[in-house]
Amino acid sequence: MNSVAVRLEGLSRRFGAVQALDGLDLDLAPGELVALLGPSGCGKTTALRILAGLEDADSGRIMVGGKDVANVPANRRDMGMVFQAYSLFPHLTALENVEFGLRLRRQAAAARRARAHEMLELVGIGAHATRYPQQLSGGQQQRVALARALAIQPQVLLLDEPLSALDAKVRVQLRDEIRRIQLEVGTTTLFVTHDQEEALALADRVGVMRAGRLEQIGPPEDVYRSPATPFVADFVGLSNRLPGRVGDGIVEVLGARLPLVAGTDVPDGPATALVRPESVDVTADPDGAGRVLAASFLGPMARITVALPGDTLVVAQVASARLADLPPETAVRVDLRPVPVVVSGDRSETADPRTHSGAEL
Amino acid sequence: MTDRTTLLVDPAPTPTTPRRRGGRWFSRDLLGVVPFFLFVAVFLVIPTLVVVIGSFGGTGGGVTLDNLAALGDDYIVDAFLRSIALSAVTAMLGAIFGALLAYAVVTGRPDGVVRRAVTAACGVLAQFGGVTLAFAFIATLGLSGFVTVFLRDQVGIDIYSGGVWLFDLPGLVLVYTYFQIPLMVIVFLPALDGIRPQWREAAESLGGSTWYYWRRVAGPLLAPAFLGATLLLFANAFSAYATAAALVSQGSPIVPLQIRSALTSEVILGRENIGKAMALGMVVVVAVVMWLYAVLQRRTSRWLD
Amino acid sequence: MAGLVRRRVRRQRILRWVVVTVLGVFFLLPLFAMLEFTTRGAGGTLTAETWRTFFDWRQLGETYPVLWAGMKASFGLVILSVLLTLLLLVPTVVWVRLRLPRLRRTVEFICLLPLTIPAIVLVVGLAPVYAWVVYFVGGSSLTLTFAYTILALPFAYRAIDAGLSAIDVRTLTEAARGLGAGWATVMWRVVLPNMRSAVLSAAFITVALVLGEFTIASLLNRQNLQVAIDQLGKSSATMSIAVSLAALVLAFVLLLLLSFAGRGLRRRQREGSAS
Repeated sequence: MNSVAVRLEGLSRRFGAVQALDGLDLDLAPGELVALLGPSGCGKTTALRILAGLEDADSGRIMVGGKDVANVPANRRDMGMVFQAYSLFPHLTALENVEFGLRLRRQAAAARRARAHEMLELVGIGAHATRYPQQLSGGQQQRVALARALAIQPQVLLLDEPLSALDAKVRVQLRDEIRRIQLEVGTTTLFVTHDQEEALALADRVGVMRAGRLEQIGPPEDVYRSPATPFVADFVGLSNRLPGRVGDGIVEVLGARLPLVAGTDVPDGPATALVRPESVDVTADPDGAGRVLAASFLGPMARITVALPGDTLVVAQVASARLADLPPETAVRVDLRPVPVVVSGDRSETADPRTHSGAEL
Repeated sequence: MTDRTTLLVDPAPTPTTPRRRGGRWFSRDLLGVVPFFLFVAVFLVIPTLVVVIGSFGGTGGGVTLDNLAALGDDYIVDAFLRSIALSAVTAMLGAIFGALLAYAVVTGRPDGVVRRAVTAACGVLAQFGGVTLAFAFIATLGLSGFVTVFLRDQVGIDIYSGGVWLFDLPGLVLVYTYFQIPLMVIVFLPALDGIRPQWREAAESLGGSTWYYWRRVAGPLLAPAFLGATLLLFANAFSAYATAAALVSQGSPIVPLQIRSALTSEVILGRENIGKAMALGMVVVVAVVMWLYAVLQRRTSRWLD
Repeated sequence: MAGLVRRRVRRQRILRWVVVTVLGVFFLLPLFAMLEFTTRGAGGTLTAETWRTFFDWRQLGETYPVLWAGMKASFGLVILSVLLTLLLLVPTVVWVRLRLPRLRRTVEFICLLPLTIPAIVLVVGLAPVYAWVVYFVGGSSLTLTFAYTILALPFAYRAIDAGLSAIDVRTLTEAARGLGAGWATVMWRVVLPNMRSAVLSAAFITVALVLGEFTIASLLNRQNLQVAIDQLGKSSATMSIAVSLAALVLAFVLLLLLSFAGRGLRRRQREGSAS
C-alpha cells in the first residue's frame, strides 16, 4: 500500500471574526488512523478540508509524503474523502459511483468494473452494485462512499463525520467495519468526529481539539485515563466534579487521598477534582453519609446518583445486577478508587455531574 | 405569532362520533368540494368543450371535419410555423441567457441583495402583461424611441433602413426574450439550488477538474431541468397573445393573432368555427409540450430535491 | 499562501457581477427609455409635465377617462379575484388534504389545466359562457373575476399546496381534533394562521396576474388597466408609456416588499416554534 506520512504545521485559518484554526500542529504516521475529536466549531472539519485542498489556510504548511502540497489543487492531491452525507452522485448507480475516479484516470472498462466490484465487496455491499443512491439506506450510501474513496488507492483517507447522520445502531456497526477496512487497506487516515465514543473505539491516536488548537493527542487509553486538561477530562467520558484540597502531591477528595495525574500544575489549596464514575464505589451502609437519589439502568451497567452532605452529587457506575440492593433513599458509603485524577484549580467549575457533556453510554 | 398550543382552546371535550372509514363514494365530505368543482365546470370545462366541440361544428349545426381541414390552408399553416419558430427561438435564447443569469445568482449568497433583487425583478417581468412590455419597447426601439434616436443622431445608424421590423416577427423575438429570460431564471433556479456542494467537492477529491465535474456530474444532473424549462418557455411563447396584440396591428403573422382576427373580424360564411379549430390546434401543441415537461420534471425531482 | 480556493471564489464573483451587470443593462434599458420618453420636452429639454398629470388624480380622470375607468376596473378586479381565488381554493385544498385524499390528484390536475389552455384559447370558449353571465349578473367588467380566478388557479394552487406540505396539516388537525376542536375552529385557528405566507404568496401571484391580464378582457370587450393602456396608446403615446412604467415599478416594489415580509414571517414562525 502506498501509505504516506502527513504533517500539518502551524495551520491557521480565520473566517471573519472567528479564528477557526490557531496554529495547529498534527502528525500522522503512515497507515495510522488519527481521530480529531471536539465540539462543533473547534476547527476539526476546517483542518480536514484544508488538508483535502477544499479550503485555503491563512498560514502554515501541509506536507504529504514529505512534499509540500499547499500549491497542489484539490483534484491532484490523491486523497480519498468521505463526507457526512449527500456525496454520492444521484444519477449514477453505486457501481458507477465507485468507478468515477477510475474512469477519470482512464482505466480500461473491464479493469475499472472489476476493481469497483472488488471495492463494493470489501465494504460489504456487493449485492447492491446496480442500485441508485436513492434506493439505498444511509448506512449503505456511506459504504458506497467509502468504496468510491478507496477505489483510487489514495495516499490519505479523509473522513468528515461519516457516521453522524446515521442511526445509532448502524453507526456502531459501520464504525467497526470502517476500522476493519482501514486496517486491511492500510491507508493513512484522518477521521473527524464529535462523538467521543467513536473516536476512542476507532483510532490509533485521538486528538482532542478546542477553539482551533489541539488540547491533547495520544492513544485512546491515555486520553481517557490521563486527560491533560479539564476540558479533555470533561469532553471524553463523564466526570464528577468534586471539591477537594491539593497538598503534598495528592488531592484529598471525600475523605480519600488520591494521586494526581502526571504533569498536574495546580497550586496547593482548594481545587476541583474530576473523578470518573467507574472509579466511584457505592456500598449499602446504614452509617453511610450518602443517600441514593436516582438510578439509571443501562443494560450491562447502571449509573447511580448519590447525594452527599454539603449539597454534593456523585454519579457512580456499578454492575446493573447490584441495582436491587441500592433502591432510592438507601443510605450508602461512597469510596473512591486510588486512580490518578485530574484537578482543576478553578473552584467555580463545580457543577451537577448529571448535566455534563461527554459520553452517551 | 401565538404559540400553537394556546390556539387549541376548546375546553369541553366533545364526544367523538365514530367516523365511517374508507372512501365511500357518496360520503358527505364530498359536499365540501362541490363549490370548487361547480365553478371549474362552468368556467373551465365548458369553455374547453365549446372549443373542442365547436371545432367539429359546421355552419348548419352538424358535425364536420371542414374546420380541421381548413387548418391545412396555407395562411394558417404559415401562422403555425411562424408561431413554432418564434417560440423555439425565444425559448432557446431565453434558456441560455436565463440559465447563465440563474447560475450567476446562485453562486452568490442566498440571502444577498443581488439574489433578492434579481428574483423580484424576474418575478415581475415574467408575469406582467405584454402591453406594458410592448410599450416599453416602443419607447426604446420605436420610430422615435430612445435607442433609435440615439443611434441615428449620435452614431449615424438607422436601424430601420431595411424596414420597420419592430412590429413584425423580428421585433416579437426581441420583445419575447425580455420575458423569457426572467421566466427561465424563476423555473431553473430551484434546480440549481438542488445541486449540493458535496458533489463538486467529491468530484474534486476524486481527481476531477471543474470541466470534468460539469461534463459528468452537474451537466447530466441539470440536463432534464434545463430541457424541461426550455419546453416551458416554448409553451409560454406559443401561448402569448398580449404582447403581439399590442405590437402588431396589421396582419396576423402568428396563430394567436389569427384567432383574434377570426373572433373580431367579419366571419366568412361557413368558417365561423375556424377560430375554434385553431384554438384546438394550439391546445394540442401546448398539451404535448407540457406533457414532455412533466416527464422531465419527475426526473429532476428524483435527483435534485 | 497558495489561495487556490480563494482565487476560484473571486473568479466566480467577477463572473457574477459581469453577467448581472450586462443583463441588468439589457433589462433596465427599456425602463430608462420609458422614463426618457415621458420626460421629453420641446427642443430637447426635460419636462415633468406627463408625470405631473399622472400624479394628479382628478386631472387624470378628466383628461383620460378611459384610463381612469380601466384603473378603477382593475382595482376592483384585483380585490374580487383575490377574494374569490382564496375563498374557493384554500378551503377546497385543505379539505381534500384532510378528508378526501383520493381526490388530490384530480384537483391538482384541474388546477394545473389552465397552464395547458392558453388564455387566447380559453377566451374563445368563454364567449358563450359570458353571454349567460351577462344575463344573470350584468355586463360589468368586474365579471372578469370568474375568468381571472381560473387563470390564477395553477399558481395559487402551487403556493397553497406547498404551504400545506410545509406545515404537515394532517398532524396539526389530528392534534386539534383530539383536543376537541370542531372543524371550523380547526380551519380558522389552526390551519390558516400557519399558512399565512402561502396565502400571501398566492394572493400576490393573483394580483400580478390580474393587473397584467389583457387577452381575456380585450377579446371579451371589457375594460381593465391593460386594455385602457392599449387604447390610450393610440391617442396619447406618452401617457400610456408613463402608466406602463408606473405599473411595472409598482409591481416590482410590491414583490420586493413581499419577499421581505415573507422572510420576516418565516423567521418569526421559526422563532415561535423554537420557543
